[in-house]
Amino acid sequence: MEKEFTYPEPAGLGDNRIGEKMIVNLGPSHPATHGVLRLKIELDGDMVTRCDPIVGQLHRGQEKLAENMTYNQFVPFTDRLDYLAPMCNNIAFVQCVEKIAGIDVTERCKALRVICCELSRIASHLVGLAAYGMDAGGWTVFMYCYTQREKLMTLFEELTGARLTNSFARVGGMRRDIPESWLGNVNKFANQFLPALDEIDKLITRNRIFVDRTEGIGIITPEQAMQWGLTGPNLRGSGVATDLRKDCPYLGYDNYEFDVAIGARGDAYDRWLVRIEELRQSIRIIRQAIEKMPDGKINIDDHRIVPPEKDKVLRNMEDLINNFVVVTQGPAIPRGEAYFEADNPKGALGFYIMSMGGGVPYRVKIRAPSFITLSAMQEILPGHHMSDIPIILGSMDFVLGECDR
Amino acid sequence: MSYLINQTATCMPALLGTADCSYADMALFIVLKVVFALAAIIVIMCFAALSVVAERKVCAYIQGRYGPNRTAIPIIAAIPLVGNFLKKNGLMQLVADGLKFLLKEDPLPAHVSKLWYLAAPIMSLSPILICACLIPFGVWWDSGGAAHPLAAANIDVSLLAVLAIGALGVYGAIMAGWSSNSKFPYMGAIRASAQVISYELTMALAAMSVVLYMGSVSDSPLSLFEIASAQEQSWFFMTQPLAALLFIVALFAETNRLPFDMAESETDLVSGFHTEYGSFKFGLFFVGEYGHVALGSALFIILFLGAWNPLPYISYPESWGWISTLLGFITFLVKISAMIFFFIWVRWTLPRFRYDQVMALCWKCLMPLALANLVFYMAIAAI
Repeated sequence: MEKEFTYPEPAGLGDNRIGEKMIVNLGPSHPATHGVLRLKIELDGDMVTRCDPIVGQLHRGQEKLAENMTYNQFVPFTDRLDYLAPMCNNIAFVQCVEKIAGIDVTERCKALRVICCELSRIASHLVGLAAYGMDAGGWTVFMYCYTQREKLMTLFEELTGARLTNSFARVGGMRRDIPESWLGNVNKFANQFLPALDEIDKLITRNRIFVDRTEGIGIITPEQAMQWGLTGPNLRGSGVATDLRKDCPYLGYDNYEFDVAIGARGDAYDRWLVRIEELRQSIRIIRQAIEKMPDGKINIDDHRIVPPEKDKVLRNMEDLINNFVVVTQGPAIPRGEAYFEADNPKGALGFYIMSMGGGVPYRVKIRAPSFITLSAMQEILPGHHMSDIPIILGSMDFVLGECDR
Repeated sequence: MSYLINQTATCMPALLGTADCSYADMALFIVLKVVFALAAIIVIMCFAALSVVAERKVCAYIQGRYGPNRTAIPIIAAIPLVGNFLKKNGLMQLVADGLKFLLKEDPLPAHVSKLWYLAAPIMSLSPILICACLIPFGVWWDSGGAAHPLAAANIDVSLLAVLAIGALGVYGAIMAGWSSNSKFPYMGAIRASAQVISYELTMALAAMSVVLYMGSVSDSPLSLFEIASAQEQSWFFMTQPLAALLFIVALFAETNRLPFDMAESETDLVSGFHTEYGSFKFGLFFVGEYGHVALGSALFIILFLGAWNPLPYISYPESWGWISTLLGFITFLVKISAMIFFFIWVRWTLPRFRYDQVMALCWKCLMPLALANLVFYMAIAAI
C-alpha cells in the first residue's frame, strides 16, 4: 500500500518539473536508521517520492522460541524486544501470564513494578530524545541525555545486577526484593534529573534551527494515527489523549496522579514536546510510588507459581520439591488465553498468550508498537526532503529489536 | 632573522625591476620566499592539526566528558611533567590519529573515476596552502621606518586573491562527489557546490563594504596588509557590525561547519562527499577542513578584528621594533585560536539546518542584507 508523492500542478514548467528519479537505499547500515532498518527511497532531486521500509534483518523468531521454554525462561527474551526499556517488556509479559492465571501480585510488587516501568520509560525516552537531537545535528543533546541514562543504568545495576538486559520480572513477583537504600538513590536521581532535563530543554527545545527543522515535518493527523494503529507517544503527539495507564489501568496506575501530554498538530516537534513532558510525568509517578511504597512481601505466596525463598529451600523437603518443580517445569499456569497491552515508551506493547496448562506457553504473539510505527513510514515520508528523513525517523522513536522480534 | 628580512626588503625592488640586482641576490630572494611560504604553511597546518585536538577536547568539555587523555607515546610519556601534560591534553592522540591515517591501507574502490578521485583531496587542501602564503601574520619595520607585512607574498589584491583561490577548495568536494560514482557523495557534492557558491557572494559583498571604506584612505584597498594597518584605531567590526556578522555567517557556510555542514551531514548522507575515501586521502580532506577554518579565522581577524593589534585604539608601538613585531605575531595567533574555539563552540551547540533552509537563508536573508549594507556604506562614502 505504497503512497506515491506527486507535486502539485507545476507552474509553467510542464513535464520538465519532474526529472529522473533516483533510488537510494538508506540502510541497513546507515547512521539515520538507528539499527538495521532499510529504507528503499525513491528521490526526485531532494524530494522523497516513495518510501519502502524493509524490516526483518533482526528477526530472531522470538514468538516461536517462546513455545519451547517456560514462562520465566522467556523473560530474558523480552529484554531483547525494546532493549532500551527492558523492564517494561518483562513486566508486560508477566502481567499477561498473570492475567491467564488470575494472579494478583502484592501491593509492594505493584509499586516496584511501577517504579521500574517509569525508570525504564525515562531511560528509553532519553535515548529517543538523544537520537532525535543527534539526527537534527545537536550532538551535545545526545551526550547530555546519555549522562542521565548512565545514572539510570547504575540504578538498574544496583537493583537487578544487570545494566541493560535486566530480566527482572518473574511470574507472580519480581526476581528479588528492593535492596536497602535503593529507593533513596532513586529519589536522589529524581531530584537531580529535573534540573538536568530543564537544561536539555533549554539547550534545544526553543532553538530556532531545531524548531525550523521539526515544525510542520512529518504531520500525522489524529485520524491517520488511529487508522494506522499508532500508539504511545506517537499517537499522543497527534493529539489523541490515549494512555493505557489511564484508560485501562494496570499495576494500580489509577492510584497515581499524572497528566497525559498530548500534541496539538501531530508534527515532529509535537512528538519531541510530548516525550519531554512524559519524562516529567514519569518522575512525578516515581515520587508518588516511593512515598507510598508498602511493606510486605514482594512475591506471592503460591509456591506453584513462585519458588520459595532460598533458606526455606535449603531446610524443608517440601519447599525443595516446590523449588525444583517451578524451576524445571515452570510456573503452573492454567489452561486459557489472554491478551494484555501495556503502555510502553514506544507504544502499546501487547502479548497474546495461549496456555494449554503447565509452565510452557502454547502460543505467544507479540504486538510490537515499533513495527506498526515503521509501517506508517511509507505514508509519512513521501513529500519530505531527504534531510527530513532522519528527523522523522528520530521523532517516531522506534526500536528494531522490537519491530523484527 | 632580521638580516634575512632586510635582505628580502632590499631585493623587493628587484622583482619590480626598479633597481639593479645580481643573480645571487635573486636566488637568495627566491629561496627566502620559499622559506617564508613554508613557514606560513606550517603555521596554518599546525593550527589545522591542533584544532583537531581542540575540537575533541572542547567538545568533551561542552558535553561533560574528558576527551582523549589516554594515548601515550612510550618514551615521551615518561618525561616527568611534560609527558603527563601531553597525555592529559590529548596531544599524543594527535600523533596517533595522524599515524593512523598514514599507516592504514589506502583503498581505491573499483568503481571510481581514478584521476579525479585521486586529485580531489589534493584539490581540497592545496588552495588553503596557497592562501596561507598571502595572509600577513604581522607587521615589521625596516631601518627606514617603513612598515612591511610578515607575509610570504605581499600583493596589492591579496583580499581578492584569497577569496578567489580559497573558493577553489569546493572543487575538491565536487570532484570527490562526482568521481566516487556513488549516490551519497554525489548528493553531498551537489549540496556543497550550491551552498559554497551562494555564500561566497554574501562573503564577498560583506568584505566589499570594508574595501569601500579602504578606498577612501588607501591606494590599494584590496590589500589585506593595508586593511589590517587601517585598524590601529577602531576595528572594522565596530564601524561595520552588520558586515562582520554576515561575513562570519558566510564563513561558517564556506568552511562547511555546523550548522551549515550540508556537504557531509552525516545523519542523512552518511559522510557526504568523502564517504568513499579512506586512510590518508580522507586525512587530506580532514586537514583541509580544519585548515580552511584556520584560514577563514585569519581572514576574519584581518578584515574585522584588528589583525595583530591587541585591543581597539591600542597597538604595539613602532619604536619597539622587532619586539612589537613578535608581540603582534603572537596576538594574531591567539586571536586565530580564539576564533577556532568559537567555531568549535558553535558546532557543538547548534543543530543543523536543512539544505533548502540554508539556501533560503542565503538568498532571501543574507544576500539582501549584504547588498543593503553595501549600498548604505556607498551612500555614506558618496556623502
